[in-house]
Amino acid sequence: MDGYPLFSLVPWTVFLPVIGLLLNLLVGKRLGEKGIGLIASLASGLAFVVSVLLAIALKGHPEAVTIPLAEWITVGEFNLSWAFRVDTLSVTMMLIVTGVGTLIHLYATGYMHNDVRHNGDPERYRRFFVFFNLFIVAMLILVSADNYLMLFVGWEGVGLCSYLLIGFWFEKGADGIGNARAAKKAFIVNRIGDFGLLIAIFLLFWNFGTLEFDGIFAKAAQAAPALLLAITLFMLLGVTGKSAQLPLYVWLPDAMAGPTPVSALIHAATMVTAGVYLVARSSPLYIQAPAAQMTVAWVGALTALLAATIAIGQYDIKKVLAYSTISQLGFMVAAVGMGAFVAGMFHLATHAFFKALLFLAAGSVILGMEHGEEHAAQGHSPGSHELDPQDMRNMGGLQGRMRTTFWVYLVGALALAGIAPLAGFFSKDEILAAAFQQTPAIFVLLIISAFFTAFYMGRQLFLVFFGKARSAAAEHARENPAIITVPLIILAVLSVLGGALNLPGVYTLEHWLEKSLAHVPKVEFTAWVALLSLAVALAGLFLAWLVYSQRRMPFKDTDPLARYLGGLFTAVYNKWWVDELYQAVIVRPYRRLAEFLAQPVDVGLIDGIANGLGSVSRSIAEQLRRFENGYVRSYALTILVGVAVIMAFLLFR
Amino acid sequence: MIPIEYFVGLSIIMFVSGITGVLLRRNALVVFMSLELMFNAANLLFVTFAAYYQLLAGQLFVFFVMTVAAAEVAVGLALMVEIFKTKKSIDIDQMNSMKG
Repeated sequence: MDGYPLFSLVPWTVFLPVIGLLLNLLVGKRLGEKGIGLIASLASGLAFVVSVLLAIALKGHPEAVTIPLAEWITVGEFNLSWAFRVDTLSVTMMLIVTGVGTLIHLYATGYMHNDVRHNGDPERYRRFFVFFNLFIVAMLILVSADNYLMLFVGWEGVGLCSYLLIGFWFEKGADGIGNARAAKKAFIVNRIGDFGLLIAIFLLFWNFGTLEFDGIFAKAAQAAPALLLAITLFMLLGVTGKSAQLPLYVWLPDAMAGPTPVSALIHAATMVTAGVYLVARSSPLYIQAPAAQMTVAWVGALTALLAATIAIGQYDIKKVLAYSTISQLGFMVAAVGMGAFVAGMFHLATHAFFKALLFLAAGSVILGMEHGEEHAAQGHSPGSHELDPQDMRNMGGLQGRMRTTFWVYLVGALALAGIAPLAGFFSKDEILAAAFQQTPAIFVLLIISAFFTAFYMGRQLFLVFFGKARSAAAEHARENPAIITVPLIILAVLSVLGGALNLPGVYTLEHWLEKSLAHVPKVEFTAWVALLSLAVALAGLFLAWLVYSQRRMPFKDTDPLARYLGGLFTAVYNKWWVDELYQAVIVRPYRRLAEFLAQPVDVGLIDGIANGLGSVSRSIAEQLRRFENGYVRSYALTILVGVAVIMAFLLFR
Repeated sequence: MIPIEYFVGLSIIMFVSGITGVLLRRNALVVFMSLELMFNAANLLFVTFAAYYQLLAGQLFVFFVMTVAAAEVAVGLALMVEIFKTKKSIDIDQMNSMKG
């Protein structure tokens, strides 16, 4: 690393957001909203600059570099230092996290200004940015870690921030505990996944004696296949938790209770991709365990399909995007499961652009609706009806009133659907091509998911932006100021150009990443796969147009799709009753077990033993105290009897 | 020569009457006297067997016992005086404040 002093900058990617959050924590109160937003965005922005410098340094020196910062754990032979790893994979993640993160920070300065007022507590503006910077810190620790334990610290850190930010308005939501409950659900479901990752780390340490990536990967080839299978499958459990895959995806839709920038940053662009990153980072382990790879791929593909079908039946603008995120994460997981690590990382990057864009634009729509609602309420009797500003049935015709939002939303939706020159097309096509070469069954699942993706995005576009306004709020909606729209425009540009990262034939990202990944199979660009995916996307959009545009869904009418699908739509609308299933199969028996353990076992048995011991010794003492009558003679008699007994024993034994 | 059984028998009688006195009498002074009786029963045995076996140690030990007994009586009598000052009685049955 001599001659590359830029590499030693890497700790600053973590330090800068730490400084930002400390500043806001200590003196933020005196700075006012402008100062808080500026510090937080600057902290994230400077971390982005550092990441760019690291990327430049890596261009000249593509080998992985480890920058130790401090000794961390030293126990006997075992040595672990707090060290940062700079290689193409980690720097790619850093660029995404800090780059998209900074844009979302900027957006949030505008969004939260309105949100804290709408929710009636402007004091929380500072708290939001402290949490936001904390998230950036944890995420950067996660991606820059040089060993699994440090990665786990970041892994838990982002989980904590996710919990804190989902429950940001913890006293709001259904029954006043809806948001708190959503936060709790995310935390607990993630805990199940983290348990798997922790077991995997224990197994790694047990068998390899180290937790550093290089040390483990060097020994991976000699390890027993069964052991590697166990490690990778436990790791997969962690992935399903963090990246919202089957069977642990249920927390992500509920996580939409958080403010919209949170949904964009944590629950779409960065944190949920940590699982994909983990599999890519552990690629030397996974390629030694083909069975685990297959499992990962199937989990991803099934999740992609399931979530895409659910997204069709949702009315909440953010819920649709949440299920879409799960589905797209399924694409990525399927890709890394099939060994197409580059395709997975490529989709991760483009998805970060357009999904962040879609969420932020959805936030812009919600703000516009809230404004429209307030405006409409002034004319009529105020507070006469409580309107859900996130329900797409209340929207419609917004393209005329929110022009910028409409155009960027269109770009994001088309990119997600996979329309030709936009980012999503290239990355999704690469995954599909890899699937086609490896496992045709997965290819079929994914292409069906791609069709549904295009359909639900088309449905959303038509419901939100076209037709007639279906509520007074939608009629009076208005465009947001530049602080909101400018980050949207930047992200829209990235969503258009993102495909250039890894154009077929050029493969920039592939050459960039192959230095960090174990083994990168060549994915051939297959023209007819690309054409098929494009055709499927167009068909999905066209079908959405047929269903939703011609009939012009009037206010609160039944969904036109429900008339065609009938019971199937009800099933989709109710998310295939997965939550209810979990409630019945896992939560309720678990609760009953807990109640059983609490009532008969704890109160009856455990307390019974403790109290029984007490009362037994008490009653023994009650008997014994009779001997202590205070009369010297009776003591003397006792002594005499004792002496006599001992003497008798000694004489006649 | 008086047979040794006589001495042992006398000692037993003294010891048993001592025990009986300690256990049955209520006057603390009488209890003390009974204690002395038991000491002297033991002392009698010491000197008897010392003479019988022609050993000086038994004779010597009696002096130690007598000294210790004197000290013990001094302490005991002092206690009695104090108890009498507070309780106006040396009835041993009234001294049961250590009752559990």
